[in-house]
Amino acid sequence: MNAIAPVGINAAAFLDRGDVKGNAQRQKAADFLRHAGLPRTGVEAWKYTSLRALADVPFATAPQAVDGGAVDTLLAEVETISGLGAAASRVVFVNGYFDAGRSRLPTGVKISTLAAGTLPDDGIDPAGDVTTALNTVLARDGLELVVPEGVDAGCLMLVSIGMTQEAAAVSFHPRHRIVVETGARLALLDASVGHGQYLHNPLYDIAVAEQGYLSHARIQAEGRQAVHLAVSHARVAAGGVYDSFTLTLGASLSRHEVHAGLTQAGASVHVNGAQLLSGHQHGDLTSVITHAAPDCVSRQTIKNVLSDHARGVFQGKILVERIAQKTDGYQMNQALLLSDGAEIDAKPELEIYADDVKCSHGATVGALDDDQLFYLRSRGIPDAAARSILIRAFLHDVVDQIDDQRLKDSLNLAVEAWWTREIA
Amino acid sequence: MPAVAETRKTVETLGQNTYKWGFETDIEMDIAPKGLNEDTIRLISTRKNEPEWLLEWRLKAYRSWLEMREPTWAKVHHPPIDYQDVHYYAAPRRKPGPRSLEEVDPELLRTYEKLGIPLHEQAMLAGVEVPEGQEARAPVAVDAVFDSVSVATTFRKTLQEAGVIFCPISEAVQEHPELVRRYLGSVVPVTDNFYAALNAAVFTDGSFVFVPKGVRCPMELSTYFRINARNTGQFERTLIVVEDGASVSYLEGCTAPMRDENQLHAAVVELVAMEDASIKYSTVQNWYPGDENGKGGIYNFVTKRGACRGARSKISWTQVETGSAITWKYPSCILQGEGSVGEFYSVAVTNNHQQADTGTKMIHIGRNTRSTIIAKTISAGQSDSTYRGLVRMMPRASGSRNFTQCDSLLIGDRCGAHTVPYIESRNMSARVEHEATTSKISEDQLFYCRQRGLSEEDAVGLIVNGFCKDVLKELPMEFAVEAQKLLQISLEGSVG
Repeated sequence: MNAIAPVGINAAAFLDRGDVKGNAQRQKAADFLRHAGLPRTGVEAWKYTSLRALADVPFATAPQAVDGGAVDTLLAEVETISGLGAAASRVVFVNGYFDAGRSRLPTGVKISTLAAGTLPDDGIDPAGDVTTALNTVLARDGLELVVPEGVDAGCLMLVSIGMTQEAAAVSFHPRHRIVVETGARLALLDASVGHGQYLHNPLYDIAVAEQGYLSHARIQAEGRQAVHLAVSHARVAAGGVYDSFTLTLGASLSRHEVHAGLTQAGASVHVNGAQLLSGHQHGDLTSVITHAAPDCVSRQTIKNVLSDHARGVFQGKILVERIAQKTDGYQMNQALLLSDGAEIDAKPELEIYADDVKCSHGATVGALDDDQLFYLRSRGIPDAAARSILIRAFLHDVVDQIDDQRLKDSLNLAVEAWWTREIA
Repeated sequence: MPAVAETRKTVETLGQNTYKWGFETDIEMDIAPKGLNEDTIRLISTRKNEPEWLLEWRLKAYRSWLEMREPTWAKVHHPPIDYQDVHYYAAPRRKPGPRSLEEVDPELLRTYEKLGIPLHEQAMLAGVEVPEGQEARAPVAVDAVFDSVSVATTFRKTLQEAGVIFCPISEAVQEHPELVRRYLGSVVPVTDNFYAALNAAVFTDGSFVFVPKGVRCPMELSTYFRINARNTGQFERTLIVVEDGASVSYLEGCTAPMRDENQLHAAVVELVAMEDASIKYSTVQNWYPGDENGKGGIYNFVTKRGACRGARSKISWTQVETGSAITWKYPSCILQGEGSVGEFYSVAVTNNHQQADTGTKMIHIGRNTRSTIIAKTISAGQSDSTYRGLVRMMPRASGSRNFTQCDSLLIGDRCGAHTVPYIESRNMSARVEHEATTSKISEDQLFYCRQRGLSEEDAVGLIVNGFCKDVLKELPMEFAVEAQKLLQISLEGSVG
């Protein structure tokens, strides 16, 4: 943040591919990256996550045409993970490009895609953070979805499939825009899967208007060699609700950064998530929730279950501006370490400038509780089964925070699938 | 401590926002020219008649300091500090030892009087020979640091009989060089951070405590710190070593005269606790915070760290921070010995334009180590107060535990209170629990007190003292009463 990063580990490798000419936003983002480079761990906001791995990989622009058979296999995998069948509405992106053939567009909503080379003037600071800047310089496509006033758009899937061609590392940077107008509703299930070595760097520009409701559940199940750097910028107006959940399962290195702004009185935001990591995976959930108006509510529950040599990071800041009196903010983060090689780094942060507020946070880190284990064992449940019950209960507790039942069911399925595959 | 009575008296006569220690003593000083270079360091070393190894140690620190940059991660803002615009050495001019109090510089005595030090203690402090017997009854030993030179140390003899060494560190360098050399910089290395390196290069004095094996220090040890001459940064160095099975309680109280220019204070405190040893370190920090417009005040950039080296050793930090324009301070514990215990109890109060970024670090290295952190933050006026704390469980810290509780109280809508805990765990059987809350004084509580006839300020004082109770009860008796008064004074004018 205020620490000055040494100039680029290798930001230039990305910038050379950017088409910055004639676009002020891209220009500003490119200047920022050129000056600051990819952050080192000396930068406070990146204290626990190093992007060093990115510097050594010559990422190329992802090709639009890829092996169709492999894409279909992955798409089927998403259907299995989420439990939402082939009949569900979906928008499919392959290597960051809209795939009309595999998408099944819903009716009643306005859907378009970002025309190549253009960037919407969305007011997002292109130089605010490195993830946003990278996306701003390199975005080529993305979903533009508007749920019109008063419409309940039901459940929609947004699928991202990443695929390398001929073993060359690629990167793609879709820029999605989701607008829920006054009184409208949408449940969005957002899944990312893939094969091979790639960088998926999506940006979500989210606006929930007055009395609008958006439930946004992300299942990040990228391939194990992938790097996933996502950033969400959400603004919620009076009486609106943005209920978000990030489930991190995949990628070797991932970070989801959420910037949520409560801009009018009575808005609420939930920034929940779980990271289930094993092997040498590194997962980072970072959020900044800004209370910029009075009488707003924010809720955050983050859980990490880490085995082998996995490393989980949680950085969550609740910022309460001077004007935001009567703020109600609550944040909880818990981590379960299942092996001695695993590591959790958590930084739950409160920054408060208004006095009439109710803000609290809690954090716990540790192994399974011996008393709870004993309780189950003493009732004749074998050790492995008892552990399984406790860990799944730990996770169920956070998935249960999702408001939308369809999304909740999907996430529970994804957690169970992970459980069966990785631990059981 | 007589300061209690004195505090009470001062409270009664206090006008709003008046700094009670706002006086300045005018006595002859021996001052080094402004600026910092190797010559300054050699000058300090020569004046202190230091051995060669210490000079080399200072120079090493200075050379690494030149390579370092000021830390910028803390949530404090101040204009850039010109390190060349500071006197690095100032000492009261030495006269041959006075025979009686009449011979002592009357200005110095008046200062002690204002500090509330009784006459026989004043005599001790001024270095006057006092008949034996008087000292043995007093419960507190005082090492007063008057600017950069410890004027004198009281009760040394009683302590000596118990085998405890309590003296200015400059004297320890002369008389116990083997101890100082062994432990100095062993907890806070010269290259530890920007301010610690600066301190190592130019420290002028401080206290040295050594409690040998099995000795329970017979009295509480106390140091008054005062910053006196204009533009002299004060660089104290305190080293406390407690051997196996021994224990000590150390009090550090700080006051400084009122002045306009910002003053730099970069102290280093090192604690070493061996097997079964216990150190209790209590601080009341009440330096000049600047006036109500944020003008002046002390910059307090302190490195305090304790090493629990032996099994079952214990280090407990208690602090009440009400002063300074800027506080940058993280008393820490390195819990190396198996089953060692670290504690941190803190009350930090900021008012007007004060800024405080303070907290602790608990580094759990050994098995079954335990730590407790209780931090209470109170912000009023236009001040900003931050709790910043690290709890780290290293891979071998099996069975270790931490409990942290941080509570912030905001008084008024122009201040800020922030909580930034860092939790890092690399051991599955270690448990860390953290909770934090932010609130204001509730209308109900205020109404309840007002209804029973308390004035608004008394009511706030009562509520704030209740809020801080968990910390204040950890202070030694003498400090606890003074600290309560101090809280009230610090918050005067912040409500209503």
